[in-house]
Amino acid sequence: MAYIDAVRKQFETAVQETLDAGLNKDERFICSEQGVEIEVEYPRGSKRMKVLNFCANNYLGLSSHPEVVKAAHQGLDERGYGMSSVRFICGTQDVHNDLEKAAAKFLGKEDSILFASCFDANAAVFEVLFDENDVLINDRLIHASLIDGIRLCSAQRDSYKNADAGHLAKKLKMWQSRARNMCVVTDGVFSMDGILAPLDEICDVCDEYGAMLLVDDSHASGFIGKTGRGVHEHFGVMDRVDIITTTLGKALGGASGGLIAGPKAVVEMMRNRGRPYLFSNAVPPPIAFAALKVIELISQTTELRDKLEWNAKYFREKMEAAGFNLVPGETPIIPVMLGDAKLANDFAREMLMEGIYVIGFSHPVVPMGKARIRTQLSAGHDKEHIDKAVAAFIKVGKQLGVIS
Amino acid sequence: MSDDMREQIIEFIYDEYVEDDSMKIEDDTPLISSGLVDSFSMVSLKMFLEEEYSIQMTDEEASTEAFDTVKRIMALVQKKLDEQG
Repeated sequence: MAYIDAVRKQFETAVQETLDAGLNKDERFICSEQGVEIEVEYPRGSKRMKVLNFCANNYLGLSSHPEVVKAAHQGLDERGYGMSSVRFICGTQDVHNDLEKAAAKFLGKEDSILFASCFDANAAVFEVLFDENDVLINDRLIHASLIDGIRLCSAQRDSYKNADAGHLAKKLKMWQSRARNMCVVTDGVFSMDGILAPLDEICDVCDEYGAMLLVDDSHASGFIGKTGRGVHEHFGVMDRVDIITTTLGKALGGASGGLIAGPKAVVEMMRNRGRPYLFSNAVPPPIAFAALKVIELISQTTELRDKLEWNAKYFREKMEAAGFNLVPGETPIIPVMLGDAKLANDFAREMLMEGIYVIGFSHPVVPMGKARIRTQLSAGHDKEHIDKAVAAFIKVGKQLGVIS
Repeated sequence: MSDDMREQIIEFIYDEYVEDDSMKIEDDTPLISSGLVDSFSMVSLKMFLEEEYSIQMTDEEASTEAFDTVKRIMALVQKKLDEQG
């Protein structure tokens, strides 16, 4: 048992170090459905507070939408709770196939394939398509799941400065004669800053040097672009992005599940060789039914993404007028820059006391000295919700000396 | 080790990695362990050194430790140049 004790001590020390450094991920407990108005218990066992949520990825407000919940119930009633199987044994229902077709159509791609999460999709995609003869060139601020996916692949690797197509062009030129296939990898929206990857410029340099392009549009699918197709629609390059990975866990219902959309051959390769696909259970029927309903809803009307766009613009204008330092952008991710990590945490705590649920982000999630409150707007917010949040920001901002 | 080599390497690092113009790179500034140079793009630095100084480095030689400061990079380049005679 001496060995076990030593390991236990080692792990407990690691936990304590995280606590001492003030880096512990402290979870708040939500005792209601996910939405704009939620009930929070923090710490556990304390009196529940009714607060407004400004930090969910619930961009379209569909997480608890009546029609989405109804569709999930229908899935549960008609096709049960779980599949007890991976897809290729006995885990594929007709609704999985329907959802894959609908998602591909929505994203403007030939075909798509579902995964348990977008993390899984990103873990699968590179290893199947590329090997040591190829090179993957990624934006330096891509999501952790893409980084891990690239690490799982034997391809050569390089990176370029965030959202810098000029720097990418230099890299592609350098690699052109050194690799069989080149694939550029980027997020569509960078989730910490809320800025867009310039996909028009990136597509131009990819075309010039004959590189493929993969975009993770998790923070865009459903609401960026005129009809919410994503960043490729926003920049008018829907047919020039080769592969899109995205999630069902944000705007598209917010439950879980991810997908890869692209050429049929890519999807078929994933179906046959994608390890997270082959070795994970099928997406549960209620989620498949609900996600299909979400795609149906947002294909019929742009009402929700239009409201979200208005909300983001309104919040940004009010916050800028109040004197806050925001990262410039046009997405519903609006970071309020504070600089100091402790200030960001104190600010978030005071905001919760004012009935507004936001979270402070600091190093190592964002660069040192660039701590912030990352706000996320939702189509579920009404004008009075935003006014209340701005008023709280102003009150706490003055209290903590952030604005005068 | 020449001042020219130092200048060339520092200039490359600024051009390739640094996004904050106010940042100062000294001989002992940690590059990789500080996160300034991400491990995915170390290959660019290796390619630059091989082309600029007509040397060849194995992946083992071009390690994260050997590339962590300008001083260590210069030492590695000099070693390779000396080996070539």
